[in-house]
Amino acid sequence: MKNLVILGAGTSGTMMANHLISRLPKKEWKITIIDQYKTHYYQPGFLFLPFDIYTTKQVKKKGKKFIPKRVRYLQEKIELIEPDKNRVHLEHGETLDYTILIIATGTKIAPEEIEGMKGPKWHKNIFDFYTYEGSKALRDKFREWKGGKLVVHITEMPIKCPVAPLEFAFLADSYFKNKGMRDKVEITFVTPLDGAFTKPKATKALHYLLEEKKIKEVTDFNIERVDFKNNKIIDYADTEVEYDLLVTIPTNMGDALIERSGMGDDLNFVPTDKATLQTLAHENVFAIGDATNLPASKAGSVAHFEAEILTENILRYIDKKPLKEEFDGHANCFIETGNGKALLIDFNYTHEPVEGTFPFPGVGPLNLLKESRMNHMGKMAFRWIYWNMLIKGIHIPFVSATMSEKGKHFEEVK
Amino acid sequence: MEKTIANKSVNINDEGYLTDFSQWDKEVGTEIAKEEDIEMTDKHWEVIDFLQDKHHKEEALSIRGIKKSGVINIKEFYSLFPGGPLKKSTKIAGIPKPKSCI
Ligand SMILES: Cc1cc2nc3c(=O)[nH]c(=O)nc-3n(C[C@H](O)[C@H](O)[C@H](O)COP(=O)(O)OP(=O)(O)OC[C@H]3O[C@@H](n4cnc5c(N)ncnc54)[C@H](O)[C@@H]3O)c2cc1C
Repeated sequence: MKNLVILGAGTSGTMMANHLISRLPKKEWKITIIDQYKTHYYQPGFLFLPFDIYTTKQVKKKGKKFIPKRVRYLQEKIELIEPDKNRVHLEHGETLDYTILIIATGTKIAPEEIEGMKGPKWHKNIFDFYTYEGSKALRDKFREWKGGKLVVHITEMPIKCPVAPLEFAFLADSYFKNKGMRDKVEITFVTPLDGAFTKPKATKALHYLLEEKKIKEVTDFNIERVDFKNNKIIDYADTEVEYDLLVTIPTNMGDALIERSGMGDDLNFVPTDKATLQTLAHENVFAIGDATNLPASKAGSVAHFEAEILTENILRYIDKKPLKEEFDGHANCFIETGNGKALLIDFNYTHEPVEGTFPFPGVGPLNLLKESRMNHMGKMAFRWIYWNMLIKGIHIPFVSATMSEKGKHFEEVK
Repeated sequence: MEKTIANKSVNINDEGYLTDFSQWDKEVGTEIAKEEDIEMTDKHWEVIDFLQDKHHKEEALSIRGIKKSGVINIKEFYSLFPGGPLKKSTKIAGIPKPKSCI
């Protein structure tokens, strides 16, 4: 029997287990997947939980429901990978040998990277919304908050779902408007980049949204520390921004497992071939999703496109055929703009977000780079698609892994 | 776009970054630095060397990378290249402005 081991049962790992179970011959291969948690979280929902748009029930389910029965599913912390010995060690001493390994351990927040962030004020008036705990604590805070300076802040890039912080600011605007207290809340968006959107094309098309929603912007802000006694964030150029409530996206890093195993870069991301998804250091080790160092968005939709290509490449690897160099960095994501509207953007390694329609050229129904109610419905439908199709590895009709150029207006990234 | 810097004709993009590193030399770097009101010292050049080396190895440049560089700490980096240190130093180094993915 040969062993294929998947590390992490989040979005990517779960998808891979579902894809591979039907593609690998039963008699020859055993598939094992390992995750430290029983719960599978719908992370995109963490954006909505603070505003009471989703309930806690809508964002978590038992992971087991989504793992095919024939796959061995272990709930344990992974201690170490020994890639030279093709072996993985679990926390309680079990070791697993593998023929092929897939790393899908994702990324998580590391607030301890910035002085003063994870101090006595953590989850008191300094919050994250990238974890279930943070998002829920923030919901409770918002329910009773009387207003003041709300600062939405990005510590450093890359972060997963890079538009989520901006969506958060937009949703906060709607939320406080609906509560009839928008005049008591000042919203400031603070970013290390030179604009609120990370792609120049999007910045140009979408800057009006910030003005319309009266969201102030502080750019080029590289945080040095949080002065939690005086409620200020301070950057290396000694610029200070005051807050009453700080909602920050801390540094995003790969799991410490990657560092312990000597397999990561500065941020514990695994160096991976950006077209084939094979790791650069070991030919029988592949990586997918947020755990990789690919210059693509860290998003569930990206992982979905990667999963189709990785499945193909694992089969090719087993058959000793050359790998398909196919992944193009394709991402498409909805950007929630508040008041029941959203935008949709579609881009890849070499193309800036485009205008046009999706998924049917010239028809839509979704509009790229334009605010609409239909796009918002799309974003809400994504939760259903996620639980019922995406992580089960069911192909989403009309949406292909590589980007289609039909019906879109393009500009090459120079 | 073409521009003459330190008596050499070089190609730049709309933000003033060299588009072809082979056209870069120390004189060009010194001139660009002057336009940014920076007087180059040995310490400045040490940083430029480091950045060019990282760039040629295709490693992404970031503030964090500077912290771990062993060349300087971030406070010094800011005082050597006031304003946007990463943007200014890469411009002087003749390499592309670091971009971050969406
Ligand atoms: C607020 C927010 C909003 C988002 N919005 C969107 C959106 O609108 N659209 C979109 O496409 N994406 C969105 N995303 C991003 C999306 O959720 C992630 O990109 C996606 O979940 C990545 O999947 P993954 O499998 O690579 O990592 P994850 O789903 O994070 O899974 C990693 C798994 O590995 C496990 N693990 C890690 N280390 C160990 C260890 N040592 N031992 C055992 N188990 C381990 C973890 O427990 C986890 O279950 C959002 C994310 C957030 C936080």
